[in-house]
Amino acid sequence: MSISGEWYLGLAAVLFAIGAIGLLVRRNVLVMFMCIELMLNAANLTFVTFSRVLHDIGGQAAVFFVLVVAAAEVVVGLGIVVAIFRRRASTTADDLHSLKG
Amino acid sequence: MGDTLLAAATVPDLITFVVAAAFVLLGAVGVVTSRNAVHAALSLVLTLFGVAVLFVEQHADFLAAVQVIVYAGAIVVLFLFVIMFLGVDRLEDVEAEPLRGQRPLAFLLVAIALGGVVALFINAHWVTGAHSVAGSTTAGHHSNVYLLGKSVFTTYLFAFEATAGLLVTAVVGAVVLARRPPGPLTDADGAEAVEEAGAGTLDDTPTDHEGAPR
Repeated sequence: MSISGEWYLGLAAVLFAIGAIGLLVRRNVLVMFMCIELMLNAANLTFVTFSRVLHDIGGQAAVFFVLVVAAAEVVVGLGIVVAIFRRRASTTADDLHSLKG
Repeated sequence: MGDTLLAAATVPDLITFVVAAAFVLLGAVGVVTSRNAVHAALSLVLTLFGVAVLFVEQHADFLAAVQVIVYAGAIVVLFLFVIMFLGVDRLEDVEAEPLRGQRPLAFLLVAIALGGVVALFINAHWVTGAHSVAGSTTAGHHSNVYLLGKSVFTTYLFAFEATAGLLVTAVVGAVVLARRPPGPLTDADGAEAVEEAGAGTLDDTPTDHEGAPR
């Protein structure tokens, strides 16, 4: 008998909160991306937990698609970071204030 | 609520969960607090491995393997590659707070959100609705890979094909974004910033052709 689902869900909630704090507090764009990955992993953990508790393989299929979307997001995001760095020589989000309207 | 269900867990399961959860949280805190981006990426690996262990613990074997291969193997390497490529692996001042009150506000908002989620799942009866809408995780004693593959290629076939389109779009977009445009950069003050930072941080070409405004 495995650990009950509540503990996994609690862990996922805490992991998501840490990722959200990092995304709001850190200013390095690369670290902000990593915090997004933390939040995605928290969501994945929740999906897998519900998949086990409800005996439904659909949760694991959802995680599969989240992985694909996360990979695509990182590729495009890092491409944008590289393109910005060419012009700005900086990876700090504050230096992109010229994007303000 | 948790005590009765926790008592049903075997000791190895309990130890595995506690150790993996400790790794996950340690890595997550490391990502948020480390001043060096490389250290943050390595902390992220710790978290990803912890989550993979928790996947194995919940009988999601295929996803655990994919987690290690795709996340720890590809995505973190991509992060490290960009960090090294840009040469931004110097320390960041995490104490500085350019926006006044940003940090307390961030903690407050996240605390409210976390409190809401915890209150929700303390009060909720979370096993609701029909079991096994998309297929059981234990049907016919097939392996996890068999069941997941069958689900992805039947129930979720359209979504699976759509991810192919997404990946192609992402690859093309990344190539277009990362391609060096011919001719000088048009962003005037951006060109100055590149010039100030020196050519060594970008590549070995001299700055005079890319630093000059058009």
